[in-house]
Amino acid sequence: MSFELETASATPGKLRRVAIDPVSRVEGHGKVTILLDEHGKVQQVRLHIVEFRGFERFVQGRPYWELPVMVQRLCGICPVSHHLAASKALDLIVGADRLTPTADKMRRLMHYGQILQSHALHFFHLSSPDLLLGFDSEVTKRNIAGVVEKYPEIAKKGILLRKYGQELIRLTAGKRVHGTGSVPGGVNRSLTAAERRLLLDDAARTIAWSGDAVGLIRELHAQDPALYDHFGAFPSNFMGMVAADGSLDLYHGALRAKDADGNILFDQVDYRTYDALITEEVKPWTYMKFPYLSSLGPERGWYKVGPLARVQNCDRIPTPLAEHARREFLAHGAGRPMHGALGNHWARMIEMLFAAETIEALLHDEALEGSELVVAGERRREGVGVIEAPRGTLFHHYQVGDDDLVTMANLIVATTHNNQAMNAAVREVAKKYLDGRAITEGLLNRIEVAIRAYDPCLSCATHALGQMPLEVALLDAEGNELDCKYRA
Amino acid sequence: MNDSFLLDGETIPFSPGQTVMQAAAAAGKYIPHLCWHPDFAPHGSCRLCIVRIGGRYATACTVGAARGQVVENRSEAIDAERRTLLQLLFVEGNHFCPSCEKSGDCVLQATAYEMGMLTPHFDHFYPDRPLDASHPEVLLEFNRCILCELCVRASRDVDRKNVFALAGRGLRSHLIVNSESGRLADTDFAATDRAAAVCPVGAILKKRVGFAMPIGKRTYDPRPIGKSHEPGTREDE
Ligand code: SF4
Ligand code: FES
Repeated sequence: MSFELETASATPGKLRRVAIDPVSRVEGHGKVTILLDEHGKVQQVRLHIVEFRGFERFVQGRPYWELPVMVQRLCGICPVSHHLAASKALDLIVGADRLTPTADKMRRLMHYGQILQSHALHFFHLSSPDLLLGFDSEVTKRNIAGVVEKYPEIAKKGILLRKYGQELIRLTAGKRVHGTGSVPGGVNRSLTAAERRLLLDDAARTIAWSGDAVGLIRELHAQDPALYDHFGAFPSNFMGMVAADGSLDLYHGALRAKDADGNILFDQVDYRTYDALITEEVKPWTYMKFPYLSSLGPERGWYKVGPLARVQNCDRIPTPLAEHARREFLAHGAGRPMHGALGNHWARMIEMLFAAETIEALLHDEALEGSELVVAGERRREGVGVIEAPRGTLFHHYQVGDDDLVTMANLIVATTHNNQAMNAAVREVAKKYLDGRAITEGLLNRIEVAIRAYDPCLSCATHALGQMPLEVALLDAEGNELDCKYRA
Repeated sequence: MNDSFLLDGETIPFSPGQTVMQAAAAAGKYIPHLCWHPDFAPHGSCRLCIVRIGGRYATACTVGAARGQVVENRSEAIDAERRTLLQLLFVEGNHFCPSCEKSGDCVLQATAYEMGMLTPHFDHFYPDRPLDASHPEVLLEFNRCILCELCVRASRDVDRKNVFALAGRGLRSHLIVNSESGRLADTDFAATDRAAAVCPVGAILKKRVGFAMPIGKRTYDPRPIGKSHEPGTREDE
């Protein structure tokens, strides 16, 4: 099926094409094409994403115990999520139905460290330039260096928060990037008393600064509610994982979905049945699939995942400061679910605060120094693992033969869940800001801002932050290039 | 013991019948090597142990120690030759260190670090070598085999089973399993065999161990290869 503005109605020959390629300051490679008609009216908007289905093929035939380390290479920015989702799937394969307290807590610490560093990176390094300096501010200054110059304190906190998250990852996974800490059935290391103390030293400061970040984004919303509440806004379902008591848990739980009005569609669904819940639609114009909730069908069943969905999907957040922040956030929506793309930033900072509080609580737990690391039980042939990655729900699904080699792999990453949401956000923005107007740097950047709010990890390609070149091509009705702009 | 030779200017004693490699190892001196192992007869195939004796190249694992020899080992020129040999080994097989469980315990990787190999330099062959996962306890990952024949020697000389052999010539050389089907499961190979624990790279692996050893505790995490050489031992086991 096709959504409004997904496929042009006019004859393609009479349309003008605007391509934004690649989108700068998102992780990976994406391309936006906007087809205009002769009068400069938006006819078709599509977000093309380079997908990485290749991984599912080349892990086939590999021994299963390699997976948690191998699949991290999917992403240069949230490798820990893949590391843990694969480990959780393999826990089931090796029959480890209940991990030791040490293993469970080490993995949680690793995961919340990852949430912290990724959310800090996204907010401070990637998005704060747009939000603090303005969408139309000078391009050469609209980056983390520009923020350092104008708001040195904020930039410094952002950098140190991220560093702390990376340190948590290093001490739980063995390396800051691409560690090996989580293994099928548990972990391969625990903390020493000295490491736990060292990490505890900075925990309180991390909570305080995360609280400041929530305050900052809340203020930005208050300054320009029209923009923040409505930019890239469109109603949709939400999906995410919640704990058994309905509270927010990013490491383990069951699936819950709500409709655009906040009514529960399903709750406490075992994630191992995800393939009955979700259908992945293939479209001819992109390699990336479009998942939707099977019960609602492709037209009404698409959904958002990630911070905005999670914070509104749960009943409460189990840490006090983040719960307070969640209530403030909901109060802002005055009883209605919020769908604005920029609401993701606020929700993301609430989650960062939740991660910071969770990290401190975990670090007070001596189980982190335990020596019982791995368990195993009866072997299974199939396992599904789910985790709430920084960008949203992440599924890893494997089948393993009796010879220990992987026979089937299926991954659904957050960016794929959000595919339709991002397309809708871009269409929304294009309709509002581009329709019939001249194409300016600021207008094009708004499209990027809408995409970036979902923090997409567009491919496993890593690149220098903020340095991805932007190419804008203007094509006339016959497909000839009229103009082409680059920025570095 | 009056018998001695000079290794990079240092006096190394030796007893009659010892090779340069054996005498150096006994004295705690590192001569880079891949196919040599103190417990097995020298093989002389990898050429990593090349040294210069009186200006001429020789493989330290096969050449006998002799009184008054002047042996050049870790000079930049010889290490550069070794780097090239390592680069050839890396491109001939499929050595993806980032997802290999032997990383940190691998003699090939450790030697490449020690020789300062930073890039593969040559074009990768990307050979297609299917794994043999038929055995319940041991996995054969042929993509990483460097044809050192240590498993061949261990299985033949210690385990008395003759499970492995090399077949083919030149670039076509490859490791095979001596069974009708060619599968490891159809031999009398056991996980407790010496041959199961001798592979310097990640080609013969005990199954389901994977990444159990944390980063920091692997063989070459505390010290690079050659820096921890205890007299008379090899550090990769
Ligand atoms: S399998 Fe290992 S021990 Fe055997 S020849 Fe290959 S590299 Fe050497
Ligand atoms: S160690 Fe001497 S040739 Fe291999």
